[in-house]
Amino acid sequence: MAVIIDKNKCVGCTLCVPACPFAAIDMVKGIAVINDQCTLCGACLEICPVTAIYREEEQACEECTPQSYQGVWVFAEQRQGQMLNIAYELLGEGKKLAGALGVELSAVLIGADVSNLAPDLFAYGADKVYLVEDKELELYRTETYTAAFVSLVKKHLPEIILMGATNIGRDLAPRVAGRLVTGLTADCTELSVDLEERILLQTRPAFGGNLMATILCPAHRPQMATVRPGVMKKITPDYQKSGQLVRESYHSQEVTVRTIVREIVKEAGKVVNLEDAKIVVSGGRGMGSAEGRALLEKLAAKLGGVVGASRGAVDAGLLPSAHQVGQTGKTVHPKLYIACGISGAIQHVAGMQGSQVIVAINKNPAAPIFKVADYGIVGDVHQVVPLLIAAIDEQNAKKQP
Amino acid sequence: MKIVVCIKQVPNTTEVKFDPKTGTLIREGLPTIINPEDKNALEEAVSIASRVGGQVTALSMGPAQADYALRETLAMGATEAILLSDRAFAGADTWATSYALAKAVEKIGEYSLIFCGRQAIDGDTAQVGPELAEHLDIPHVTYVRRIVSLDDKCVVVERALEDGYEVVECQLPALLTTLKELNVPRFPSASGIVTAFDEKKVQVWTAEAVGADPAKIGLKGSPTQVKRTFTPPVKGTGKILTGTHKDAVQQLVQELAAKQLL
Repeated sequence: MAVIIDKNKCVGCTLCVPACPFAAIDMVKGIAVINDQCTLCGACLEICPVTAIYREEEQACEECTPQSYQGVWVFAEQRQGQMLNIAYELLGEGKKLAGALGVELSAVLIGADVSNLAPDLFAYGADKVYLVEDKELELYRTETYTAAFVSLVKKHLPEIILMGATNIGRDLAPRVAGRLVTGLTADCTELSVDLEERILLQTRPAFGGNLMATILCPAHRPQMATVRPGVMKKITPDYQKSGQLVRESYHSQEVTVRTIVREIVKEAGKVVNLEDAKIVVSGGRGMGSAEGRALLEKLAAKLGGVVGASRGAVDAGLLPSAHQVGQTGKTVHPKLYIACGISGAIQHVAGMQGSQVIVAINKNPAAPIFKVADYGIVGDVHQVVPLLIAAIDEQNAKKQP
Repeated sequence: MKIVVCIKQVPNTTEVKFDPKTGTLIREGLPTIINPEDKNALEEAVSIASRVGGQVTALSMGPAQADYALRETLAMGATEAILLSDRAFAGADTWATSYALAKAVEKIGEYSLIFCGRQAIDGDTAQVGPELAEHLDIPHVTYVRRIVSLDDKCVVVERALEDGYEVVECQLPALLTTLKELNVPRFPSASGIVTAFDEKKVQVWTAEAVGADPAKIGLKGSPTQVKRTFTPPVKGTGKILTGTHKDAVQQLVQELAAKQLL
């Protein structure tokens, strides 16, 4: 349970020193030494040219019996009887994992009078739907949903659970993992299975998106992960397909409830559907004023796209935070992403690098955004964007017979 | 009212730079700060304590260097500060971290509220708050953007949702995780800084001091393990369209049209 540098092997090359994100490696008398800052992240392991750095691995815990856990589960999050898209996206991903493992894919549907949503879950890939209905479960509350979910897990023992990294999924998942004494990996961007060990490989951005980390939960079950909306792909629904509906009861008398939801308020203008957009036109701090925002909106409207923003633009008040793309904003994967006046900080790139084609317009030729762009134009957005709008008009005019 | 605030000292990940030649992180001069949303947590606690009376205990788990962040909490108005620090905590994931914090909170004793920032900028998991509440068997509310009312028995808050918010009433003791919309953290006063750094003390508690089970802390107590970390792959440098702006835009439109993106 430590990262260790073999001092007989270390040749003092210092390559590991800058590789450590936590400044945990010092050079002492020409040899690398790990200090107290070490978080055991392992970033130094692969960089060492003489394999002097290794990690002492933990023995598997004996009381856990991962073998008795089987199947992949997805939390089918609904709000006021409406299924969220993330549930279908997770089913798409879950189907791949279940296929690789040769097990069933199940959806967990919790609410009051929500059985009508089950056919959609089957169509999007679920082999089985566990349905827990009770009037106490009409609105999401941490305590009631945790109790319902945990009792299902204890009864049916799934090996993998996926939840959406929504404001509700990120509330429920840690509470469930805490109670089940198991691992939870947040905001995974890639999931796969090590078939030999039968372990879920969970890859997520770490250190503010500056690094990627692959996380394992070797000895505890279930293995739990959350995934942000827009990251995974749903399958084309097949309404010929059916599945098994399993009704489970909710024992309200056994659950201590200390919270009440008094009301739910929808705020107009808060919903910006960036995750499903085919075209995104994003602006950065370089867009400057309200005039810049108008330019973005005009270009987006011309292309039938949605307006996005960098954190810089949101902090500067150019656009509300609902438009933010990136590590602390939304993850998008449109066919076309146009970055206007965005420098391309890694936190922004983390949210848009899944786009099929990326166009960058920036006056600084050294801006990192050009490294991820398919097409770049070096120039002032206030000059280039109006020209682009005009050129698109021209192109559209050509298309007319 | 007794309030506990959990804070984390984090590297300022928004200022990370990469060496363009080697592709590795440049860490020299990377400042450490109190995690931004933890400052909102602290601000709320301090302002409640000054309004209704009471004391605020700032709690952090981390290496000895986190003493600095805790002194900053004292300068901002925390009554006392506790650093949970022990080599045995190293490598803790969110489960083991929240377990250790829970043992410290139990040692602190009678409390009405615990505040945590929603998530830390170096991990972005948002898991420690809810897991801490689970270990303590108290209710929690995440994504708190406004406190509507508070008395001895109950707190009413607005909890942010993607498309609005919900108003949640919660019995005390409870744990709340805070968003930056909640308030504007105060700057410490000059005299506050002097007192915090010259006169006040940060208590240091070890794993043994809080009675933590050695099997449940650090890497050993962590269900998850990091298998490897790597620099995110980037797409190769694309095509820079040259010529006048007009030429460049024409080329772009043709390329996009050829790909049927227009």
